[in-house]
Amino acid sequence: MTEPLLEVRDLKVSFRTEDGLVRAVDGVSFSLSQGETLGIVGESGSGKSVTVMSVMRLISDPNARFEGEVLYKGRDLMTLSKDQIREIRGTGIAMIFQDPMTSLNPVYRVGWQIAEQIRAHEQVSKQAAHARAIELLAAVGIPRPAERVDSYPHQFSGGMRQRVMIAMAVSCNPDILIADEPTTALDVTIQAQILNLIKKLRNDFGTAVVLITHDMGVVADLADRIAVMYAGRIVEQGSRRGVFYDAQHPYTWGLLGSIARLDRPKPRRLSAIPGMPPSLLRLPPGCAFGDRCTHRFDLCDERPPLLDRVGGGHLDACHLEPKQKKEVRETTIHPELIEEAE
Amino acid sequence: MLTFIIRRSLWTVLVLFVITVLVFIIFFKTPGVDPARAIAGRNSSPAILAEIRAQFGLNKPLPVQYALMMKKIFISRDLVSYSNQGVRVVPEIAAATPATLSLVFGAAVLWVVMAIGIGVAAALLRGTILDPLLMILALIGVSAPVFWLGQVANMITQGGLHGTFLFSWVPPLGYTPLTQDPLLWFRGLVIPWITLSIAYAGLYGRVLRANLIETQNEDFVRTAHAKGLTDGRVLRRHTLRTSMITFASLFGLDFGALVAGSALLTEVVFGIHGVGYLTYQAFTNLDLPTIMATVVYGAFFIVLANAIVDIVYAWLDPRIRPE
Amino acid sequence: MALLETVEVDTELRPAIAGRNPWALAARRLRRNRIALAALGLFVLIVILCVAAPLYANDVAHVNPLVPNLNGHTIVNGKVVPVMQQGGGVLHLGETPIGPTGDLSHYFLGADSVGRDVAALLLYGGRSSLIIGVGSAVICSVVATVIALIAGFFGGIVDALLSRLMDVIWAFPLYLLAISISTELLTHSSGFQVGPVHISASSLWLPTTIIAFVFVPYVYRPVRGQVLSVVNKEFVEAAIAQGAGNLRLIFSEILPNVVSTVIVLMPLMIALTILTESALSFLSIGVQPPNVSWGTIIQDGTDLIYNRPWVSLAPGIMIVFTVLSLNVLGDGVRDALDPRAKLRVEG
Repeated sequence: MTEPLLEVRDLKVSFRTEDGLVRAVDGVSFSLSQGETLGIVGESGSGKSVTVMSVMRLISDPNARFEGEVLYKGRDLMTLSKDQIREIRGTGIAMIFQDPMTSLNPVYRVGWQIAEQIRAHEQVSKQAAHARAIELLAAVGIPRPAERVDSYPHQFSGGMRQRVMIAMAVSCNPDILIADEPTTALDVTIQAQILNLIKKLRNDFGTAVVLITHDMGVVADLADRIAVMYAGRIVEQGSRRGVFYDAQHPYTWGLLGSIARLDRPKPRRLSAIPGMPPSLLRLPPGCAFGDRCTHRFDLCDERPPLLDRVGGGHLDACHLEPKQKKEVRETTIHPELIEEAE
Repeated sequence: MLTFIIRRSLWTVLVLFVITVLVFIIFFKTPGVDPARAIAGRNSSPAILAEIRAQFGLNKPLPVQYALMMKKIFISRDLVSYSNQGVRVVPEIAAATPATLSLVFGAAVLWVVMAIGIGVAAALLRGTILDPLLMILALIGVSAPVFWLGQVANMITQGGLHGTFLFSWVPPLGYTPLTQDPLLWFRGLVIPWITLSIAYAGLYGRVLRANLIETQNEDFVRTAHAKGLTDGRVLRRHTLRTSMITFASLFGLDFGALVAGSALLTEVVFGIHGVGYLTYQAFTNLDLPTIMATVVYGAFFIVLANAIVDIVYAWLDPRIRPE
Repeated sequence: MALLETVEVDTELRPAIAGRNPWALAARRLRRNRIALAALGLFVLIVILCVAAPLYANDVAHVNPLVPNLNGHTIVNGKVVPVMQQGGGVLHLGETPIGPTGDLSHYFLGADSVGRDVAALLLYGGRSSLIIGVGSAVICSVVATVIALIAGFFGGIVDALLSRLMDVIWAFPLYLLAISISTELLTHSSGFQVGPVHISASSLWLPTTIIAFVFVPYVYRPVRGQVLSVVNKEFVEAAIAQGAGNLRLIFSEILPNVVSTVIVLMPLMIALTILTESALSFLSIGVQPPNVSWGTIIQDGTDLIYNRPWVSLAPGIMIVFTVLSLNVLGDGVRDALDPRAKLRVEG
């Protein structure tokens, strides 16, 4: 088995605040192979952004505490010096962010910003970098790239700006592209375009992709594997097919159940998960999802470990037996089944 | 960009007009005050009063009075100071300007350098004890009245310690034109420069630090780090560059205000005969014509500085430029 | 299909941190800020000292510091000495007031050029400076807030006109505007008459209103910004939909949300007004005799700066401490009311 490109082992990130210790990431492990696309799904506050920001060591808060290992090509990124990490950023691992308007510097032209990244890592002249920038803009589908390379970020539309960010991120041919909610700030129609762009670049260059989102629909097309995060922990992890068609965790069921489906009878109401996520200051000792779970039982007072209970590399953190899960899953995900029976 | 400049300039002219009208009203139409008597100041003999009434057309309708006032200040420039032996005011102001400019320019260079030093140091040293220490130091500078600081400086440099090697190079109070004796010009301005710059360095240092810290949390700074740029480059080209926008616009306004006459406290305490000093003398002698002229010239400088700042701001921040 | 025994889900929201009134939260944050509290304490101490001025003057020092005392005597080291000593100046023909005695009941900080007890004078001067400082800051804030509410609420041409007016007033170099108005009003030594209102030239009201007027645009700008951001919020629309009239909207919906901006500005405003008053008084166009303020004392001490420095040093030091404490307090208040949490953890 080839060594994974990126391996996160038991990553824990906590923040000291005046109200106590906030455990944003509470023991997260996953791996990413060459060319693979991993989708990380979770709601706001689940810890998905903090996880990937920690991978790139982008968290500069002096109150932050890190534990665990992040192995990139065998080296633990957590122990590298500032200069070493700097070298990896952009060339090894690149990242694009949620809001392209605020993520691009408003006072510099986009061509300049792309060239800045190139020249930070490669010894090329200004003209050569400028020419590369034009090529990259063309590759991401910006019309009239030779003109637009001299435009400012505010002169682009939202979707175009995100393309610029993508162009900048792939400019140094990174092994891994991390996309943190790349389409959340965009219209649905533009969303599809951006996701297709990412897919195309991935296919053309063989880049591994980590796609962060709160929307299951976004990962449905792109991801090879999916990890579901809740309250700073991974609660389910498996292949795309496995997570969608054989979901093993009640939280995932809730997420799937809240999607409106065109291919099934329309329910009177979409199922929603009642309650709210726990405060990261006071995580319960047992299952973090326990308070909101309709299937809770006495074992759930102990934190369920992330294990392969159903086989085939599909991990989940729920004490229920796979057989029990099968029984209750369908009505949770498809509430119209209950309505039909009534 | 050109239309922006034109529009801004037209607006400037309008504001200047309103200011001159305000000045006119304050000096000619304050209820209960006889303008002729006020203008004559101490030398209010009936003959002079009559002459003033004729010169300024005080018996004529208001717009004529206003026009006459403007003419005397700008066109014929024969506005005369009655309290001051009939000296022509406008050339007097022109002669005093180099002193003010020397003082303000030097202080400005000093305070900008100090402020950037303080602001950047405090932002970088955030979390250590040095950050709040620097900020308290800056605050003390802001909290001391500049004229009192000047007095203390004089006390030290001109008084007891004047004989020592530390301060023997400080010349007696006063200003020497640059063209007359450059070295003496410099020596005479060092202490005033330091005094005037202390408050501004403190203020701008704090403002810059706050801006830097705020900008460091911006998304595009995060992106810059994610691109693999060095910390130094991120600081200079992204964080500082953006923070300087506010800094520069504030600087323009304060610089303009100082040249316009806010430096008068420093000038008075150090005996530098600039525009501010002139203004001070004018109102101790209740010399209204001089006060009028200095106020109008001062206001012009400020409005001009405002307009320049707006234009520079648009140049620094492309988002502001109209399409 | 056998269902497992399920537990009733407690759908009642039980957030881990109960919601709290934002003012209570701010007060709590302020209470935790020890530096700001120390600053507040220092300011209060200075205020108390100045309020106690007559107490000190009458009961401790036994002087009337507002009246020249050229021929007076006092006790130093048990010996009776004249307050103004012979033999000062270059030709030794002038009079030099006595220096600091270190004795709280006898000219603790020495005498000024007309024989007044500097220490007692300092406290009386503080009263004027503080009254004018706080008074003008309050008046300025009230006036600026009213104008900002009108401009922000009605918008359009009203806003344009008012804002331009503010810009023009602010365009005047600060001191020049105050100087012009003061000079105009002082040349007529019987004071200033507007309709039925007569303000005498030696009243403290004159510098107070002038300084308040000059700073109105400074407070207006941020308050108007806050009004504009509140006016567009949904709860205002909701109130309009409920049929609230303009006046009620302004005072019940908008004003409470704007008050925090004013509160944050207040300590800083007082600091600015105190500095401005001291400058005007130093130039002799602020507080007029027989009143004294810290600025006038500094002016009085100018001639004595080389042999009796304490006359000028003491009031300056008082100003520094007062303004410094206000600045630090202002920082603390702003930090306490800042709704942005210091920690940003995104999901």
